[in-house]
Amino acid sequence: MSTRMPIEVSIAVSKAVQQADVDVIAAYPITPQTHIVENLSGLVANGELEAAFINVESEHSAISTVIGAAAAGASTFTATSSQGLALMHEILFIASSLRLPIVMVVANRALSGPISIWNDHSDIMAERDIGWIQVFCETGQEAYDAIFHAFRVVRDPTVQLPMIVNVDGFNLTHVIEPVFLFEPEEIKDYLPEHRQALRLDIEHPITMGPVGVPEVYTEAKKQVEEALLNSKQVVMAAWQEFGQRFGRSYAPVEAYRADDAEVLLVTMGVISRTAMTAVDRFREAGKAVGLVRFRLWRPFPRAEFQEAVRHARILAVIDRHISLGALSGPVCLEVRAALFNLPDHPQVFGFVLGLGGRDVTVDDFCDIVERAERYATAGPEGDYTLIGLREV
Amino acid sequence: MPEKVEKRAIVGWRNLVPGCAILEPGNSTQLLTGTWRLQRPVIDAELCNLCGLCWVYCPDMAMTKTAEGRYEPDLNYCKGCAICAEECPKNAITMVEEEE
Repeated sequence: MSTRMPIEVSIAVSKAVQQADVDVIAAYPITPQTHIVENLSGLVANGELEAAFINVESEHSAISTVIGAAAAGASTFTATSSQGLALMHEILFIASSLRLPIVMVVANRALSGPISIWNDHSDIMAERDIGWIQVFCETGQEAYDAIFHAFRVVRDPTVQLPMIVNVDGFNLTHVIEPVFLFEPEEIKDYLPEHRQALRLDIEHPITMGPVGVPEVYTEAKKQVEEALLNSKQVVMAAWQEFGQRFGRSYAPVEAYRADDAEVLLVTMGVISRTAMTAVDRFREAGKAVGLVRFRLWRPFPRAEFQEAVRHARILAVIDRHISLGALSGPVCLEVRAALFNLPDHPQVFGFVLGLGGRDVTVDDFCDIVERAERYATAGPEGDYTLIGLREV
Repeated sequence: MPEKVEKRAIVGWRNLVPGCAILEPGNSTQLLTGTWRLQRPVIDAELCNLCGLCWVYCPDMAMTKTAEGRYEPDLNYCKGCAICAEECPKNAITMVEEEE
């Protein structure tokens, strides 16, 4: 049976990677991802994990190394954060276009500048178009579970795509939470054996990553997009079986006290917990406020999102990234795009908060709900609202 | 003559191999780069001393050695880049315009 124990979330994540029977890990340490890969390095060094841990000189090399290992048929893992993810940028597209099953944890942290080691979503929001499956976690348990989901999904022969598990830096990676940890035999047959149809094998040589001339580039992109869109069914099936077996259920879009809500907060990641406390506060005061959070971000769960917000009058969409020069944060932009052509869709207002580790409080969410209601009648103050901004 | 690559590789997205992998080793021979050529190298057998530098320098391995021991460009693959003519120490190779 699973035992529930207090554990630092980074350590729980590394234990999940250990239990997923990974073959090759390549990583470069960067705050706040460090504890995950440090612990994995220790497990390999102590003989508790039979895998190759490849120390590399940069994140560009880390992702290139796991691509090479995955191309040779290995089950692979890496983790990074912020500048490290940015340094991987050009290679991330190659991992998905080569259709390689890689699992990566991103310990979400602000991008420079100014230099910040603290939590927001600007690192991953710069990587929206890379063709990887992307999920967000809210608790330590979810982060631990998500590693198993990810290894199961990327090993599915119909998917053949890499996957990112986003875990908010510090606010989730470094907290100690009670987590149910699996005994090895409990989780073993949830994960399929890692078998890759297309791999580099000197007995059966193939070429991976050839030039795509103008006559095939469009079709190559379409193929990856179709695989990414279709992966949603596989992700949902992995969650469904996980829920049936272990009693913890997950969905692409999850709701809290949302059924009859007139105003919905739309969130991602660890701040959803604070937002739920704000929802409770409104409910106690008799106001119909609820919350909808994205767990699956790529592929964008359009149908599930549309259904979840169908009855709401006002959406207050929270971004933890400032998309300079755009009309709002990227989550809000995408929410608007998902609703624009629907008749009678809710009004959508964008809010940006919690940048570079700025504390996100229950009062912030109360402020957001009150502002959204005001904007709905009096009109918004600008394209989006930065919460907690000091003017002078 | 090998089948032109266009017929084999230019398929719809549903029929592309995942990741655009090439499953058949050496299939670059199906790409007849000779169709790109504007000029062809013509070797003057009187001047050629069979040194083989054209064979060495050809970037596409399109210079071949015949059964009689002479050098001839394989026009299926010769792109007409003229490196052989440039490198020939005897000036035995002339680039001749292809007819329309």
